[in-house]
Parts: sequence; C-alpha cells; structure tokens
Amino acid sequence: MSLKRVAITGMGAVSPYGIGVEALYQSMKLGRSAVTRYPALEAVKGLRCHIAGAVPELDAKQIPRKHRRSMSRMSIFSMLASMEALDMAGITPEMRQNTQTGVIIGTTVGSPQTQQDFFAEFLQEYSIEQVKSSLFFKIMGHTCAANVALALGISGRVMAPSAACATGVQAVGLGYEAIALGQQRIVLCGGSEELHPLTVAIFDIVNAASTGYNFDPARSPRPFDKDRDGTVCSEGCGIIILESLESALDRGASIFGEIIGFASTLDTTNISKPDPASIERCMSLALDNAGIRPDQVEYVNAHATATLLGDSAECLAIERIFGNRVPVSSFKGHFGHSLAGSGALETIVLLRMMEENLCLPTLNLEQPGADCDMVGHVMQPQSRSINTAIKNNFALGGINVSLVLRKYA
Amino acid sequence: MTQQEIIEIVNNSLAEEFELEPEDMKPEAHLYKDLGLDSLDAVDLVIVLEQAFSRKLRDEKAIQKIQTLGDLYAFIEEKQKEMG
Repeated sequence: MSLKRVAITGMGAVSPYGIGVEALYQSMKLGRSAVTRYPALEAVKGLRCHIAGAVPELDAKQIPRKHRRSMSRMSIFSMLASMEALDMAGITPEMRQNTQTGVIIGTTVGSPQTQQDFFAEFLQEYSIEQVKSSLFFKIMGHTCAANVALALGISGRVMAPSAACATGVQAVGLGYEAIALGQQRIVLCGGSEELHPLTVAIFDIVNAASTGYNFDPARSPRPFDKDRDGTVCSEGCGIIILESLESALDRGASIFGEIIGFASTLDTTNISKPDPASIERCMSLALDNAGIRPDQVEYVNAHATATLLGDSAECLAIERIFGNRVPVSSFKGHFGHSLAGSGALETIVLLRMMEENLCLPTLNLEQPGADCDMVGHVMQPQSRSINTAIKNNFALGGINVSLVLRKYA
Repeated sequence: MTQQEIIEIVNNSLAEEFELEPEDMKPEAHLYKDLGLDSLDAVDLVIVLEQAFSRKLRDEKAIQKIQTLGDLYAFIEEKQKEMG
C-alpha cells in the first residue's frame, strides 16, 4: 500500500500577539516578547510566577451564539484559528461537510476556568441548581475538536489527543497518518490552551516556572540561557490544515510545506524528568519515518521551555544526532509556553520561516548555559534556506513527539 | 408585580442570555420556531428565570407546555399570583 504525501494548505493562529498568523509571525520577526505581568497570578497564595503570555481581548461574537454557547475560551481560540486556516486554504463548506474531512484538536485539560466556575458554586452551596447546560461541552476532553467540528459542519474523524505540552504536534502527527493512509483527505489539526492559575501552578509546584523575572517579564522565559529559571505559561491555539497532496494539487491550493515524518514515544525513565536518550530516540524515529538522514536536516525547532533540566536534555539529544552543525532555536522566549497550543503555533512560525528563508533566533538567549552550549544556537535572525526541519515537543507525563517538515517543491 | 413588569423582566433576561433582538420578542413568538431556542436553551431559560424571579421553577409541570413568549409571561404571572 503506497502512502499519500501530506501537504499543508492552511494555517490559523490565536496567540498572545492577537488573532492571526501574521500577528504572530510579524511580531516575532520584530523580536517582540508577548510576556507581561499577569495580575491574576499575584493573588494566588504560594504562586511565585506572576508573568504570562495572555491573548489580548478578542471579539468572540463573530461566532454565532448557537455555537459559541458551548465554547469556553479555548474552544473560541480554536474556532477563530480554524476559520482563518479554512479561509487561507480556500476550503468550501461543501468540502467541510464530508466524512473525508476531519478535526484533530487537543488540549491539556478541558476548560479550567469553567471547572473553577462549577466548583465555586458546588463547593460553596453543594448545589448544581445554577449550572447551565453548556457545562459538559466546555470541560469534556474533546471540547475544542467537537465544538469546532460542529460549528463548521465537519463530519469526518473528530479526535482530541491529550498529551499536555506535546498535544499540538501529536495532533498534527495523527492527521498526517490519517491522510497518508488515505483515511482522510483534509484534517484540521492543532491544540489549544486557556491560561489559568492552575496551569502556572503545575509548573511552579515542581519548581519549573520562572520566578525571577516578575518585574522584567519580557526577559523570560530564557530558553537555553545561563540565566534561565523556568518556563512562562501562555495561551492560544494553532491550527494547521493538512491535505493529501493530490487533493491540494487538484484544486490548485497554495501549499505551505509537507509533513514527511512523525514519531511519538514515551520516556519511561521518569514522569517529569526528561531523558536525553529518550528524546534522541524520538527524533531518530521521526527521521526514519521521513526516510531521511540527520545530515539532511537544516534546522531544529526545539521544545526548550527554559527549564533547567529540559533544555539541557534536549541539547544533549540534538548534539548526539546533529552535532553542532544544525541551527537550533526555540520560540518559547517570544510568547511563552502555550502548552497544548504550542506545537501547532510554533510549527506555523516554522512554516512561515521556511517560506521566507529566514531563521528566527531564540529570544532572550544571550549566553547559552554550559549545559546547553553544545548545539548550534541561533542568536540573531539569519537569512537561511531551510528545506527540511525537525520540530520537537515534549510533555510532562513522559511523552516525546517529533515532526519532520519539508518545503514543497 | 404588574404584567408589564413581568414582560420586561422576562424579555430582558432572555434577550441577554440568548442574544435576542427586542423586535423579535413578541408575545406570539414561538420559543423554538421563531426565536431559535432548543432543548439546551430551555434548560438555561429556566435557570435565568429562576434567578430573575428568585424562585424555583424547574419542577413545575406547566413549564413543559410553554411554547410562546406569551405562554411564558402567563406562566410567570400565574406563579407570581400563587406567591401572593
């Protein structure tokens, strides 16, 4: 059975820079940080990280009430990003209303704000009398995927991988496999996250959140840097439209790149501490899946969230496969770590970079730490043709995911 | 509470919850066919009215038979009278 080639024909983004792929990419090109002080975090007892990347106010009313009523913030992000991606791809309502078109969008946990609202009433009054009908649809694990699919009338596969910080890239990988196998023709893939103190707390509790830059937020997170002190949470959603290459060519769609390899593995050594050998294995499997050698890779988009352990483990793994030859950067320094949203958002920036022959640096990386110094860090924007790239995302819980992308030619 | 006050409270509550246009909110307007509500909205409608009138309505049998806004006004008016 021959596998189909998988093209990328649309992208959509809601990020801490605002709505739209260009708001994201152009801000990053300017080297702007989207991390700011976030007052809601200061009120939480014991929470030491007070900075975050929040999505600016947006107009959700462009989504009809009938669909919006069951959407929390993360599903609204997903919907707006999906609308942009569909528009970019030129996908008609008729193409959506087809069992060959699917949606794979995951999140870390169903809307934490909605859960807070429920438990605030439940714990105080021990009552459900004021709970509205939309509760379940906002907190269910497949809230983003189902809401988007229903609102857009997409009737094929609807799935919602949940792999914390690796969710978005895992969703893209699952879409890639479904199309390669001929089981779907078009899949909207991505991940979404809404900022909540719970999310920040998860990292702070395990001493993985940035706490030393509360009064200088734009300087953190600092992936790979000697002064990095942990991650900074953010929110948003990235959506990538995957389509079989033959379908994209048949309808004359613009093609922004191809997915050519994917691997998802588990680091069995520890539920939270990253292991270089496991990361190395994941990247190697993705390269095998793509049928390419390490020397054919021209850029590594790192997961690097600016934690002490994670960045160094990833650098060790990158060095073992690529030496210090391949340029490496992480986008967490620009807009923080949007967890489930990060994979697709970062992939979108990578695709735009490949299109423009530009290599963006790791923002806030001023001097690599001695434990991260062994790879080819991108410290300044570089004009550089990138034909093949690998993109990493790793998650608490031990999940490692790598994706291989290629410029379409 | 006068009938007019009841109508105003009901209309304001429903307009806000379901983003309805005031000009569509006529007594003969059918909740489902004309105003576009559905069974999930019906659940929320009861909650919104309970909050607006500070009384339990969910288990009222008569609420199941309401079809138009006019039915709703009459139902609330009847309940208010029962309360005295």
